[in-house]
Amino acid sequence: MSNVPADLRYTRSHEWIRNLPDGTVEIGITDHAQHALGDLVFVEVPEAGRSLKAGEASAVVESVKAASDVYSPLSGEVTAGNPRLATEPEAVNTDPYGNGWLMRMRPAAGSATEGLMSADDYLKFLETEGG
Amino acid sequence: MGRQTPLYDLHRESGARIVDFGGWDMPLQYGSQIGEHHAVRRASGVFDVSHMCVVDLRGERARELLRKLLANDVARLKRPGKALYSCMLNESGGVLDDLIVYFINDYAYRVVVNAGTRDRDLAWIREQARALEVEVRERTDLAILAVQGPEARAKTARLMTETARREALALEPFFGRELDGWFVARTGYTGEDGFEVMLPAGDAARVWRALNAAGVASCGLGARDTLRLEAGMNLYGNDMNESTHPFESGLGWTVALQPPERAFIGRPALEAVLAAQTAGKSIPRQLVGLILEDRGVLRNHQRVLVPADAAAAGAADGEITSGTFSPTLERSIALARIPATDAAGVQVEVRGKLLNARIVKPPFVRFGKAMVELPEAPR
Repeated sequence: MSNVPADLRYTRSHEWIRNLPDGTVEIGITDHAQHALGDLVFVEVPEAGRSLKAGEASAVVESVKAASDVYSPLSGEVTAGNPRLATEPEAVNTDPYGNGWLMRMRPAAGSATEGLMSADDYLKFLETEGG
Repeated sequence: MGRQTPLYDLHRESGARIVDFGGWDMPLQYGSQIGEHHAVRRASGVFDVSHMCVVDLRGERARELLRKLLANDVARLKRPGKALYSCMLNESGGVLDDLIVYFINDYAYRVVVNAGTRDRDLAWIREQARALEVEVRERTDLAILAVQGPEARAKTARLMTETARREALALEPFFGRELDGWFVARTGYTGEDGFEVMLPAGDAARVWRALNAAGVASCGLGARDTLRLEAGMNLYGNDMNESTHPFESGLGWTVALQPPERAFIGRPALEAVLAAQTAGKSIPRQLVGLILEDRGVLRNHQRVLVPADAAAAGAADGEITSGTFSPTLERSIALARIPATDAAGVQVEVRGKLLNARIVKPPFVRFGKAMVELPEAPR
């Protein structure tokens, strides 16, 4: 079974969002997503300062077999890409909600959050998706 | 739902992720694909390759049939059990399939063809066989297990009777023989030592479990692909197909143009290709190995740019035919079809960026060891 922490919010494209105390958010891909992708061998994260629109391809995760885009769940400005992933892409597999975070961003004022799901809703979504 | 091998239920029970491969429901991986890859390089792994098709040819003119059907020459096979790798070509010199043929005796050969092409291959072989009265028998009663890795032969042999075990361990590379109802061959698709075992379908699950119990890891098609690419072996449909000929597919060494009187299918077309290249009327293409110097992963169909000063005028761009991340080398590697060049490196267009790759001669890895010089670890 997929691990879905209760304190995060989720997207239908399997990203998670964590609110940080300073008003920024941390973004990664879910346990379900890392499992579906398989062993990751290359991750490209956005650079600090890049401005992103919600739904924009912002990071790339590549497993042995295929490359997949990761979409920004919110509009805003990137404050950091996870530097660890350049040499340790497997952190996304082993610790998707911790060391395997992809990027941090400061959401734009009024950036829409209503498309985001609670942990319960994401679990239901995984069930209906056959995940 | 696709076709299933005799081991399908066992794969499901083992938690394998099942994917479609050439119309077959096959295990992609059981756990970590990279873990399965390393198991084969360092110890042993077993693959279900029962989707491949065993075809037995029998008849007084079986050799004559194969000397017409195949670009390599079965007359080179002098000792019973010896295997030969060959392309089967169409009239235009394009590759219909690549296969292995085992010389059983003067009137009997065993051929193993790819899953994705089996129906077309069978129809083609039967059509040619009819006139020569050679019997073509598709062995759907057999399963095929590929047990590969430095410990593979010893662990497989332990499951055999004492006499069979001795005979199996005495097999030379690229030889096979019937032993206690199994056909055991010292062949493979990983760049490691090992056996490919063709056995009655009903025995397959028991043998698979016994191999697992002996410490042989279950391995899926994902690891099979990274292993074969590291070994510099072509995959039919990726690296060659009916519209590419062997010389531009790294398979010139498998085309037997001697003796000149052997009229195999595709020969006139291949001779025309060589004549046009010799006369400077066409730019030859070649299949080369690439190793990425920058960060990223090479993938099938990415565009390959040969430096302008090292390419023939008017040459088209090249293309990656198989690309992946090499778990052994921890670099991205690929096979690419490019216009002939003496350049040391090329650029590959990866997600809109041009990355540098070095041209190398495959194999990349053989018997667990790197066979190419590695670029510095990219940052």
